[in-house]
Amino acid sequence: MGTLSPESLAAIRVVFFQECEEHLAEIEAGLSALQGGDRDPETINAVFRAVHSVKGGAGIFELEALVQFSHRFETALAEVRAGRLEPDPEILRVLLRAADVLADLVEAGREGRSMRADRMAPLSEELAALAPASAEPVEFDELNFEPRPVVFQPLGATGRAIRTWRVRFRPYAGLYAKANEPLVLLRELERLGRAEIVLDASGVPTLEAFDPEDSYLSWTITLATEHDEAAIREVFEFVEDDCELSIALDIGDLPPAVATTQATFEAEPLATAGEPHPEPAPSIPVAGRGPAAAQTIRVDLDRVERLVDLVSELVINQSMLAEHIAAEALNRRDGVAIALDDLHQLTRDIQDSVMAIRAQPVKAVFQRMSRLVREAEQATGKRVRLVTEGETVEVDRTVIERLTEPLTHMVRNAIDHGVEAPERRLALGKPPEGVVRVSAAHRGGRIVIEVADDGEGIDRERVRAIAVERGLIADEAALDDEAIDNLIFAPGFSTAEALSDLSGRGVGMDVVRRGVQALGGRISISSRRGEGATFLLSLPLTLAVLDGMLVSVRGQSLVAPLSTLIETVQPRPADIRRLGPNASLLAIRGTHVPLIDLGQALGYGRQAEPLSAQAVALLVEDDAGERAALLVDDILGQRQVVIKSLEANYREVEGVAAATILGDGRVALILDVNAIIASQRRHADAPERPSVAA
Amino acid sequence: MSEPTSAPLHELISFRVGEQYFCVDIMAVRELRGWTEATPLPRAPAYVTGVINLRGAVLPIIDMAARMGLEPAQPTARSVIIVVWIENRLVGLLVDAVCDIVAVGDEAIQPTPDVACEAVQAFVKGLLTVDDRLISLIGLDQVMPPLEAAPEAA
Amino acid sequence: MSSLEPKTILTVDDSRTMRDMLRLALVEAGYRVVQAIDGVEGLKLLEVERADVIITDINMPNLDGVGFIETVRGDARHRATPILVLTTESEPVLKDRARQAGATGWIVKPFNPTKLVDAIRRVAA
Repeated sequence: MGTLSPESLAAIRVVFFQECEEHLAEIEAGLSALQGGDRDPETINAVFRAVHSVKGGAGIFELEALVQFSHRFETALAEVRAGRLEPDPEILRVLLRAADVLADLVEAGREGRSMRADRMAPLSEELAALAPASAEPVEFDELNFEPRPVVFQPLGATGRAIRTWRVRFRPYAGLYAKANEPLVLLRELERLGRAEIVLDASGVPTLEAFDPEDSYLSWTITLATEHDEAAIREVFEFVEDDCELSIALDIGDLPPAVATTQATFEAEPLATAGEPHPEPAPSIPVAGRGPAAAQTIRVDLDRVERLVDLVSELVINQSMLAEHIAAEALNRRDGVAIALDDLHQLTRDIQDSVMAIRAQPVKAVFQRMSRLVREAEQATGKRVRLVTEGETVEVDRTVIERLTEPLTHMVRNAIDHGVEAPERRLALGKPPEGVVRVSAAHRGGRIVIEVADDGEGIDRERVRAIAVERGLIADEAALDDEAIDNLIFAPGFSTAEALSDLSGRGVGMDVVRRGVQALGGRISISSRRGEGATFLLSLPLTLAVLDGMLVSVRGQSLVAPLSTLIETVQPRPADIRRLGPNASLLAIRGTHVPLIDLGQALGYGRQAEPLSAQAVALLVEDDAGERAALLVDDILGQRQVVIKSLEANYREVEGVAAATILGDGRVALILDVNAIIASQRRHADAPERPSVAA
Repeated sequence: MSEPTSAPLHELISFRVGEQYFCVDIMAVRELRGWTEATPLPRAPAYVTGVINLRGAVLPIIDMAARMGLEPAQPTARSVIIVVWIENRLVGLLVDAVCDIVAVGDEAIQPTPDVACEAVQAFVKGLLTVDDRLISLIGLDQVMPPLEAAPEAA
Repeated sequence: MSSLEPKTILTVDDSRTMRDMLRLALVEAGYRVVQAIDGVEGLKLLEVERADVIITDINMPNLDGVGFIETVRGDARHRATPILVLTTESEPVLKDRARQAGATGWIVKPFNPTKLVDAIRRVAA
């Protein structure tokens, strides 16, 4: 039997680090629960087990620092679990920081580097102090996976002296009760050399007195071997406490030529003779409650991705089919119409199901914020309490992964620039501890994430001044509060004056905004001076597919997201009003909305005036509830489109959210309604904000 | 053509834009495609013709003639799109024809003389002579439009 | 039972890393391996699978190693089935409890494949 191949070990190493991620999450969750007052023994048990598992795996891969640290951590947790250490806030803080260090050690182990001792040592000492009696360092057992040569050489082949041993072995009843088998042990003994085995059955009583559970046999083995006593004793390692065992050198005659196993007694009949009736299997005791776990399976990510791609293509295909059928007017026939409807519904259902496979709760991302807040507290000296809401809100995993970065920046920003130092807060009559609230919710077919702090809000004077200084706005430009607040997202803007640990890296909010927009999302900030600020991040639920309205403008096909569409209208010339040199308004049911020539807005060219009789417009609404009518040449119908990124290979384009590929293989652009409406506002001469019917 | 010396050889793919010849490192080239009509991008620079569909991905097309400051291309069915990697992006370069693959050593690449205009200076990293033909070696890092600096003013 | 048929080993451990390691080492050594993620699943598997040897971890959710061993031993069909527990050096108390519950022997984590097989040989008929 040889060693484990490096490839196999490498594969298991990957599994180990994957598991570590899960364990680390459990540790964080458990300790947080304890912080929140949870005293369920299963909670602390789960944390203990998680650390224990990390330690076990670390040992396999010889990650010594990780083993030592997790051992100390585990020991401290054992104290808590045993009730000898009360998990008060101080202790929990230590444990939480230990969890952070553990995570770092795992990371270091994964990347094959070592961690600085000064990062680890102080906390290690603190942990040791929590459980003084049992905090000895772990003895490192030999871990090398080299095969130990247990080859049975012919006599004298190794050149070591062969000695004769006399082994007396008498098992107690307990040995059998633990399912140990003397014959098996004797067989193993035989492998060490040449053995002569003599059975002594004199202790066996008559049948009436015979107890099948009891032990009556003993053996004397004369063993000629070059192995030492330790090797012989090792054979009996498991049963030492359940037998009489003596091992001594027999300085007598050499054993006879051939070894025989004289124990022709089969152990089996002994154990089964007169066996009492088997009792019915006892009910399974369950140690510790756990929530009824949903059945889960692990699936290769590639397979899921492929499935998602296929379903997306199916959606497009079904869309095109519907279009062709409509073009041929076939759908007027009952059978076809019904079948088409069914197909549409079926496709949607499949798509929802497939997307649900990839949907994950945002909880994992929120949990990372806990650690971030702790580190920020340490780095800035401020006190912050993190409140999370909506952890169970689910989002496509592609979005989840890309949520962490913007969320991290928002939280950092809130702590760095929002929350005031404790003394200042007290002076202002606020509680010394600031609150950062991170919440997620589904809203209007999107996921909306808010990061709100109760700090000092945005200093608009300063922001404006900096923007002017950096040439981002003209000195005399008139901007409303909201516009000033959102200047922090402008490229080249960064108020990195008080560089703490965190924000000195020069990643400005503009990079964050671009990242968010690449996801088809939007980010903005609103603030109340002295009360705090709230970041609003909105993302599509899935990056993959969008319901849209296909329109044609100057010969180009464009897609307007259905979620922004209120209705389609046919503006009559009489309904159009001019306002200043650059703007037009459309009168609609008593209110006026800006009329935007989409062709002009996108730079394709103005529409001919006067308005053709066939002109159509889309009445749309942006995130803020602002409405506008987008003038197009033709409306081509609803489509479900697969979203393709424009940023991946090109750049962000103002007014364009993303792209898609139509059934004919051509690329069509997906409109960013927000940007179009906002840009119109900027270009017009201080238009009256039309009132929107409630 | 290539010296059997220890100097590493660069493999370059040469192409024609208008009347001039250029080449790029073949390591950057992912594939060659025929011309398809591109979807124009709003307010893009003139040398960005638009985007096309490359097996499900959206590929921007750069008119190399316009980029070099020459007459913008009139693409025909014979035009070629060279799909290249630029940093992490896939980009299509619209050219009139692809000519050849040449392998040259470092010493065959001459520095660009100062007479060239700004556009050329930005892209051309050196000159080669192959079979009596002058070929400009293009570095791809500047080909894409620069990132916008500030939010658009009115 | 012919000694030429591969023996079946049931491993019970909630760590996927450990399960993979055990499977690797045991299959390499010629054993047939059946795996469970905790005591509850282990018991279910024992209803339908033969097990010549059982290897189980101690710290597991739902039904820990000791509880599992007790239940297995309580079932007459498995009273004579050798059970090895996976234990770390620093758990002598736990190891004892396992033995009290009827564990046949133990394997120290992290195990090396040679010692693993030695331990199995010492208990498997």
